[in-house]
Amino acid sequence: MKRSITRLLMAPSVILLLVWMIVPLSMTIYFSTINYNLLYPGRNNFVGWMNFEFFVTDPGFWIAVSNTLILLGSVLVITVVLGVALSALIDKPFFGRNIVRVLLISPFFIMPTVNALIWKNMMMNPVYGIFAWISNSLGLEPIDWLSNYPLMSIIIMVSWQWLPFAILVFVTALQSQDTEQKEAAQMDGANGWHIFRYLTVPHLARPIAVVVMIETIFLLAVFAEIYVSTGGGPGYDSTNLAYLIYNQALLQYDVGVASAGGLFAVLLANIVAFFLIRAVGKNLTV
Amino acid sequence: MTLTQQRKLKTILVGLASWAVALLLFFPIFWMFITSFKTELQAISVPPQLFFEPTFENFSIVQERSDYLKHAWNSVVTSFGATILALIIAIPAAYSMAFFPGKKTKDILLWMLSTKMLPAVGVLVPIYILSRDYGLLDSKLGLVIIFTLMNLPIIVWMLFSYFKDLPKEILEAARMDGATPWDEMIKVVLPLSVGGIASTGLLSIVLCWNEAFWSLNLTASEAAPLTAMIASYSSPEGLFWAKLSAASTLACAPIVIFGWFCQKQLVQGLTFGAVK
Repeated sequence: MKRSITRLLMAPSVILLLVWMIVPLSMTIYFSTINYNLLYPGRNNFVGWMNFEFFVTDPGFWIAVSNTLILLGSVLVITVVLGVALSALIDKPFFGRNIVRVLLISPFFIMPTVNALIWKNMMMNPVYGIFAWISNSLGLEPIDWLSNYPLMSIIIMVSWQWLPFAILVFVTALQSQDTEQKEAAQMDGANGWHIFRYLTVPHLARPIAVVVMIETIFLLAVFAEIYVSTGGGPGYDSTNLAYLIYNQALLQYDVGVASAGGLFAVLLANIVAFFLIRAVGKNLTV
Repeated sequence: MTLTQQRKLKTILVGLASWAVALLLFFPIFWMFITSFKTELQAISVPPQLFFEPTFENFSIVQERSDYLKHAWNSVVTSFGATILALIIAIPAAYSMAFFPGKKTKDILLWMLSTKMLPAVGVLVPIYILSRDYGLLDSKLGLVIIFTLMNLPIIVWMLFSYFKDLPKEILEAARMDGATPWDEMIKVVLPLSVGGIASTGLLSIVLCWNEAFWSLNLTASEAAPLTAMIASYSSPEGLFWAKLSAASTLACAPIVIFGWFCQKQLVQGLTFGAVK
């Protein structure tokens, strides 16, 4: 009897998530095999693999795949490395530590569209931006970030948003580090770097795994930053898969090709997730 | 130099370095904030102005031009609506998995997490078409449904890790008195985990408030929350940085302040309790 009640309590969540996963996904699979353009309704014949061929041979496809992976990899490295360094830096008490913490984590709560617009305009604008002013003051030629280094600009924006998250997690994790162990190591003559390298970093292995997993979920789907700052351009230089598919579906109205692209995104996410879930799943105590 | 002096010096240096980095990273937010009190001319002046006579004009212009209050209301309704709905659905599931775990509980939890791995863009087209066909395009209800489903896995996980930490003895005592699982949940577990439920809710609200993919793609003028309203300032119709800053400040201030107060809970939530 008890079994059935507990199942009943779980049912709404499980059923809803199942529907949420299966219905749209099967529709995507179906759309990807038919000719379906919102501009030409009523011509929805079966076309087999054509949409996939079309999507894969799109000049932007491989650029978008590599941009997606470069964005993911760069932001992961930047946030984890700087996150570990900064959280180790603010681990011990100093004057105003709480305020420093609040300042450091704030960018995480800025919405992506605001993030992109602040950076695009007030920071990176080649004429009136802060960066241009700094370059000029140093006697250098100002850089037009969004035109010349579009992907790097996106990486900077996204890293700025996610570095606080890494810091937040690592700071929390460091508080549970064994101080006695550290003191003992100090007594034995270990210097700061040794303690950091051989005690702190191993202690952070699990939090790092968690940060990598969570960030990956969100970073594979970066969209708003690109949408409001570079619009994927110039050319395809800052287009990732998410943006390329959006472009196919809602700007070119080609549902068939966009669906095929959506399945590629799902495939890519699954390849990445397969390794991550296995690596991190072990670390999550259930 | 003695050892204590050395240590003191080190603390000061660490403090200075930390402050420098913190101010650097916070600078864009600070700059957005003060730019919102400038005139448009001051906003684009070279060299940038740090001291000026503040004006509050931008805020009223933002309200007039893009109806800030309507979009703020949309953000509030969708964030709170989706959060409350998700909590109602998730609490029984998390309770049942935490207190009556079966062989498959761990698998179900990992499967739920894996639905978060499904990139939204993979289902953009069907969701768009379904929303269109059911009249949920550009509607708050549509966003509430999507936000609920989007955050449900995280909410179940987070509640699960809170419930799991409750002392089992209390439940056993209640069971001795003949309470059914349903009674236990309502009368024993819920009152004991108000804190956990509250911080789960906070996390969900933050995630909904800042969600941009679905709100940009599924809403237009009527139901657009603040994330989408801000995007309308990206059009290159001139340099309206002061107004952009004012709109951004208004859009972010509530959630940033909110975030300052519950940073710790947010970590536990986002890491599914794996980092404490």
